[in-house]
Amino acid sequence: MTRWTRDEMASRVARDIPEGAYVNLGIGLPTLVANHFSKDREVILHSENGILGVGPSPAVGTEDPDLINASKEPVTLVKGAAFFHHADSFGMMRGGHLDVCVLGAFQVSVAGDLANWHTGQLDAIPAVGGAMDLASGAKQVFVMMEHLTRNGESKIVERCTYPLTCAACVNRIYTDLAVMNVTSEGLEVIDMCSGVSLDELKRVSGTSRVFGRPG
Amino acid sequence: MIGGFGTAGMPAELIDALIAQGATALTIISNNAGNAEAGLAALLKAKRVRKIVCSFPRQSDSWVFDGLYRAGEIALELVPQGTLAERIRAAGAGIGAFFTPTGYGTQLAEGKETRIIDGRPHLLEFALPADVALIKADRADRWGNLVYRKAARNFGPIMATAARCTIAQVSGIVDLGALDPETIVTPGIFVHRVVIAAGAATS
Repeated sequence: MTRWTRDEMASRVARDIPEGAYVNLGIGLPTLVANHFSKDREVILHSENGILGVGPSPAVGTEDPDLINASKEPVTLVKGAAFFHHADSFGMMRGGHLDVCVLGAFQVSVAGDLANWHTGQLDAIPAVGGAMDLASGAKQVFVMMEHLTRNGESKIVERCTYPLTCAACVNRIYTDLAVMNVTSEGLEVIDMCSGVSLDELKRVSGTSRVFGRPG
Repeated sequence: MIGGFGTAGMPAELIDALIAQGATALTIISNNAGNAEAGLAALLKAKRVRKIVCSFPRQSDSWVFDGLYRAGEIALELVPQGTLAERIRAAGAGIGAFFTPTGYGTQLAEGKETRIIDGRPHLLEFALPADVALIKADRADRWGNLVYRKAARNFGPIMATAARCTIAQVSGIVDLGALDPETIVTPGIFVHRVVIAAGAATS
């Protein structure tokens, strides 16, 4: 089956983020989205550790240990950037001020339940960070993930088996096979990787509640 | 309470002083649970900490915490990062508890009181005060007014408000009046001790 590359996925997400939006990009795959905004579109990136107006990575040798993103990687600022403390930063999420957050996931259910913080294994050391705050607070929650695990299991499921981050919070899912809106009737496919059919998508997804006429 | 997000804003020199001071059986409130071998990780390694309250203990270089946790030698209270920040803010603002939707319906909601507010389920979360806050700022004056440096600000301003004794390490102390009143982030009323730490400035 043909698949979108990670950069193609990131580019597809970036296309859907409107001019002037305040956006938080989660750790991992979502950070790629920052490289794909068109130059004529102003999108303001939020970093949970207290920055609005995050810019690209610094040139080698100009990194500042006090200027990092949520992944603790060095960043720069764009003109107009602001610093603030943690309660303000999370007030932006929890108070519903962020327009979009893009999160990675272990599983997303047909109802839009998100599991992305804990595999539930007994020997795993749990870490939640800002995932629950983002998922429950942002105006729109986009998930960006591979459609299948390395073992070929669907990450889209009828019901999450991993511990939940937030129930019924996901608005749209971007995978390497398709883009789907979470609706009360199921997952509405709005775009698919060329060469993938709706039947194939249903077959590999963990649910039959996938519908739509993309393209 | 120990400020910082990773190592940005972590008061490494104050933590070293705490290790030298010898206090033990501590409860630490901090976003992370230490990186590599220095700072908070060194405090954990010295077996001074009984319990840690944090949002993100597991990192690529958190092997000191990971080892203690797996050996059952440290207790962990895991708190969503925004709830952690808000519990600290509440403690500093005289708020006993608050309701938030964050965490509802998850493992971290177990045992917590819930209420439907405006049609949305919320969890009751309690204020999180501390005896002592160790934070890092950039500059201070004699009254304890503080300004910070870039994203090293993170938990500093809220932790300063939430402890009975707040100790700030700074890279320099300036004369009263030298800090522009419009730009002071933490007013001195929240700060009890200021310590100049040589090398505290990161650039």
